[in-house]
Amino acid sequence: MITSFIVENSPALMVIVPFIAAFVAPLTGRVAPAVRAWIVGGAMAITSAITLLLASDVYAHGTRLYVFGAQAATQTIAPDSGGIPVRIMFTVDPMSALMLVITAVLAFAVVLYSLTSERDHTGLGSYYTLFLLMVTGILGMVSTGDIFNFFVFLEILSIASAGLIAFRIDGGIAVEAAIKYFVLSTLGALAVLIAIGIYYGQYNALNMALIAQRMQYTLLDQVALVLIVAALAMKCGAVPMHFWTPDAYSMAPSSITALLVVASQASLYGLFRAVFTLYNVTLNAACIGWLLIVLGVLSMVVGVTMAIPQKNVKRLMAYHAISQTGYMLLGVGVGLAVLGNQSFLSAFGYVAMEGGIFHIINHAMYKGLLFLTAGAIFFRIGTYDLNRMGGLGHSMKWTMVFFIIGALAIAGIPPFNGYASKLMIYESVFAFNPILSVIAMVVSILTLASFVKVFHSIFMGPVLPEYKDVKEVPRPMLIGMGILALVVIAFGLFPSIVVDTLVAPAAHALADQGMYIATVIGGGA
Amino acid sequence: MLANLPYIVVVVLFLIGLATIVLKRNLIKIFLGIVILESAVNLFIVSLGYREGGIAPIYTNAPGTLMVLPTPQALTLTSIVIGVATSALLLSFAIVIWKKYGSIEIGFLRRLKE
Amino acid sequence: MDALFTLDTGAGFWNPLLWVLGAAVAGVIALVLYSLGRRDYKPGTAQAEPFLSGNPEPEKGLVHVRAGNLYWGFLDAMEGYYSSIVSLHTGDLHDYVLWYLGVSALFLIVVVIIG
Repeated sequence: MITSFIVENSPALMVIVPFIAAFVAPLTGRVAPAVRAWIVGGAMAITSAITLLLASDVYAHGTRLYVFGAQAATQTIAPDSGGIPVRIMFTVDPMSALMLVITAVLAFAVVLYSLTSERDHTGLGSYYTLFLLMVTGILGMVSTGDIFNFFVFLEILSIASAGLIAFRIDGGIAVEAAIKYFVLSTLGALAVLIAIGIYYGQYNALNMALIAQRMQYTLLDQVALVLIVAALAMKCGAVPMHFWTPDAYSMAPSSITALLVVASQASLYGLFRAVFTLYNVTLNAACIGWLLIVLGVLSMVVGVTMAIPQKNVKRLMAYHAISQTGYMLLGVGVGLAVLGNQSFLSAFGYVAMEGGIFHIINHAMYKGLLFLTAGAIFFRIGTYDLNRMGGLGHSMKWTMVFFIIGALAIAGIPPFNGYASKLMIYESVFAFNPILSVIAMVVSILTLASFVKVFHSIFMGPVLPEYKDVKEVPRPMLIGMGILALVVIAFGLFPSIVVDTLVAPAAHALADQGMYIATVIGGGA
Repeated sequence: MLANLPYIVVVVLFLIGLATIVLKRNLIKIFLGIVILESAVNLFIVSLGYREGGIAPIYTNAPGTLMVLPTPQALTLTSIVIGVATSALLLSFAIVIWKKYGSIEIGFLRRLKE
Repeated sequence: MDALFTLDTGAGFWNPLLWVLGAAVAGVIALVLYSLGRRDYKPGTAQAEPFLSGNPEPEKGLVHVRAGNLYWGFLDAMEGYYSSIVSLHTGDLHDYVLWYLGVSALFLIVVVIIG
């Protein structure tokens, strides 16, 4: 009874649980901080459980619709609406489900970690409020089927993120980073809103499936496409609009940075959703595909070369996040560039898209892990400056092991998960254009070189006198990192299972616009 | 021409907002530019739903069936609320910057670079 | 090692379990070689100390090569590239906004012209 209720209403529950907990948490913090910790941890555990339940249901039984305010959750078209879906709805297809899995796993690990790492700080009431609002924003963004609703969740996410980036004021520098992030992301959100207005003005619709069905690709649609693509590419940190990324990532508290990675991936999801579901074959696939590929290659090269001379460990990792986003843009961009051509698509297009999408989930896991290890080091020695570190491998053995796992995964060393997705991207992109593939491999080598430097300067060398009393971080932080490390290893050892069950359905759901429209428009009537 | 007047105003407001953001060096002025930009977008959306001679979309005792569209008004309201939250957060950032840096000229906001 | 564990990448395949098996074999060989090393040294004497051309060992903090000194050669060789790319990251909010607007405008031109 209760389980069937939860499964039936899971799309609503996964958003409402963190949303309510966000505003309950600061109140309970007045009673005792321990109560608040339990509320936050419990709410996040419930949210993750519901989200994973929903995702597994989607993978087993296909796209789930949830129409708010309708008599039945799948009644997309109200009887008196004249055949138009008027209500706000969540459309959770396998691509959304993949993003839900990423968010659920990473957010849970981050909560476990930050309940310990932040316990000595002040202002924790609003910290967890904003944290849970961020989770709400991400979950809503990746599951909504209504484009205005997408904008609302995007703004919830960016307001909460900006607040959290500025949270440790740090002499004003964190606030400076937050201003840069927030001005850009507000501009981006306004561009998305203009695009929504253009769609509404032309097609009288806000539902993504209905807009997709009526899409004509007029001049106005081209303008709307550019507004959405540029805004969301900026929000996921594609070069040359990446300047906010290192600032914001390096100044946010480390657990927040790990969640910001997922937030960026959610923007990337929005970009892919707009291009594939709203437009699909109506747009000039080669043109937009090559735009994404150029963005991807620029991100890969500039990101990794800017990372090499960095001295702040989190700034260095932030540049690597830009560089890894380039791989996803490259893989999915190649899939988009051959979208209309079925033979190319089945020869290498789908593999390229699968590689790009697999890289999203891999990147979220290992980059989240790396940011958490950086936070663990900061927790003990109080600096992010690589020039002042050294010899920590003697005292922080577990952190070192987790760092090695993350670093090898991001550099694409077998048998970790980064290698599997990168291999898929290399081989499929090689069939499309060999030069792109070579660039991707060189970038991977530079990534390894850069992480060898980080590893050497943090963990290697003799015990430095100033750090001889450093201890390993507390156990909850290790468990948080351990969850992510286990996922990295498991995905690395069994990539075929992950690709077959999680990634391939997502890639096909993304490419198959007709299916998406049929599920929503043809479903409820 | 007259029917397009709202859209001309939207474009003019939009350009004023962008110019303010790009040309002014004071944080408060930049934030005001964002507010102007938001107003432009709100005006754009609300004017999409306007029908000439239409009445408010309330069905009780309606004199006719020609009504303005209700959805854009709902969208605009939502967008205004989000805009208020955005401005409040941006201005509170400006307060902290003024306290910590002693200035709100963006030339001073360059401690994070490279 | 059936099809379940083999990732098909279009042009080739990748089986991590086979790779782990190979890595384990290599590890066993390495362990065997390691165990063939000398065991008859005397701990606590000069035999166990690092040999630095006969000089005394410096302080621990001085031995460690810090991050700023790594990849000096690479950065020096690529100086032309780095001096231009680093100077783009001005940290100025106006530049951030202008880059975003510029890229949007460029995309608009490309998309409208090509279709």
